[in-house]
Amino acid sequence: MNTEITQPVKPELHSRLVAWAVSHARAFFFSLGKLYRAPLSSFMTMAVIGIALALPSGLYLILKNMELAAGGWDTGARVSLFLKPGMPSKDQRALANQLRERAEIERVTVITPDQALKEFKQSSGFGEALNALDDNPLPPVLVIYPDPGMTDPKAIEVMVENLRRMNNVEDAVLDMRWLQRLQAILATAKRTVIVVSGMLALAVILVVGNTIRLDIQNRRQEIEVAKLIGATDAFIRRPFLYGGIWYGLLGAFIGIILVEASLGLLQGPVQRLAGLYESNYSLLGLSGVNGLWILCTGTLLGWFGSWIAVGRHIRDIEPS
Amino acid sequence: MILFQNVSKRYPTGQEALSNISLELGDGEMAFLTGHSGAGKSTLLKLTALIERPSRGQIVVNRKNLNNLGSRRIPYYRRNLGIIFQDHHLLYDRTVFDNVALPLVIAGFRHREIGRRVRAALDKVGLLHKEKAEPITLSTGEQQRVGIARAVVTKPPILLADEPTGNLDPTLSREIMNLFLEFNRVGVSILVASHDLGLISTLGKPMIQLNEGRLENPDQGTMA
Repeated sequence: MNTEITQPVKPELHSRLVAWAVSHARAFFFSLGKLYRAPLSSFMTMAVIGIALALPSGLYLILKNMELAAGGWDTGARVSLFLKPGMPSKDQRALANQLRERAEIERVTVITPDQALKEFKQSSGFGEALNALDDNPLPPVLVIYPDPGMTDPKAIEVMVENLRRMNNVEDAVLDMRWLQRLQAILATAKRTVIVVSGMLALAVILVVGNTIRLDIQNRRQEIEVAKLIGATDAFIRRPFLYGGIWYGLLGAFIGIILVEASLGLLQGPVQRLAGLYESNYSLLGLSGVNGLWILCTGTLLGWFGSWIAVGRHIRDIEPS
Repeated sequence: MILFQNVSKRYPTGQEALSNISLELGDGEMAFLTGHSGAGKSTLLKLTALIERPSRGQIVVNRKNLNNLGSRRIPYYRRNLGIIFQDHHLLYDRTVFDNVALPLVIAGFRHREIGRRVRAALDKVGLLHKEKAEPITLSTGEQQRVGIARAVVTKPPILLADEPTGNLDPTLSREIMNLFLEFNRVGVSILVASHDLGLISTLGKPMIQLNEGRLENPDQGTMA
């Protein structure tokens, strides 16, 4: 024993800053070690988080693939330009050529009244009845295929309006209902992904929060002792917060693996389906940025979940 | 070092654990707190460690009035105290070394410094050879000594002990009390609650006797 025992020892500012960093590092590895020592229960918690993160990520990917695939198809927009009846066929061709010059138009097909009638007779089944007509009542039609790059329904709408106002044009009818429907379906799906993501984010917060709460309860005695020998709340909180961060981060890793594995399972059937449509479309996986997003989101949710649990329960534990 | 002025403590249940206590323990002094169970010994120590707050009166420790100490400052205040419990409060999921190191870890000491101080403290209580042992494998007396090593490892100026020999046989009890006397010899102020009158009356230190929350011998309220 020596006399310095009469002096309480307090580290200096510099070494206290170092100590702060050391304390963080200690909590960082301590919480990781705790997961390692209880691998099964840790893994189950992380797997739940992984699934909760994989679901919206997977939905998002499906949506992105659908949008891409839809973009690759013939947009299906087609404008039927009904010309004035009796317009000379020379003028019809001239108009068609004039329209072909335009950038927003890919190609133009001329359907003369005779062709239209023939087609109609074949497809309608009214062949005999139509034979009774003296005159061909059908107008000449130009079928206009807009440039496939034009996917914005509004731009197509404007083009149709301009076509309708041209000379010798009776009417312009746009057949793009299914395109609008597809857009509406995609918009609905997007909203669904957002709603599902929100709910599952809440689930992750609750799962982490509950896990950390149980952990705090199990270590009640330790917390009491630590408080008695001068531990601040921040010091006690730290390993639990890092625990939540680990759960979120590793859960997000599991989520990414799940998404990629599911994608691998879907790849074959999708390529076969694409083959049937004479396309060599292949599914788009998670990009690096997507992966980073999932990891950050998982980490943040894990931290937030533990922060809620820790804030509420550590304050309540006081030595008695 | 520790000054109580007209301190009363009434628990929310209505039980008055301490009534109008005034006493003083000077720097480097040591005293025993005696009385039947329920006399208020534990309450007095809890008030000193700020585990409880007094209902009335002032407590001044190390020239700081505890009434002015906000709850955020409590952890830093407690680092000036070494607290020893009857049931030693060791953590069974870590080694003796890690138990003793905990106050140093909390206070933010560096790794190498921690090793040096923990070994010094364990050496003092005669358990240096047990640093890697699990507390559960130690005898009750050894566990209590680990608890003491943990309390003194930061070299606090004040030690508080609540029935430190409560579970020990007379020989072990005397060993523990001798340890306290040794710490006191190098200037640590010590307050020990104990009802082991046979033992403590032989140690030549003042006794503060409590009876149902009151001082039995008010003249001796001021030590030394």
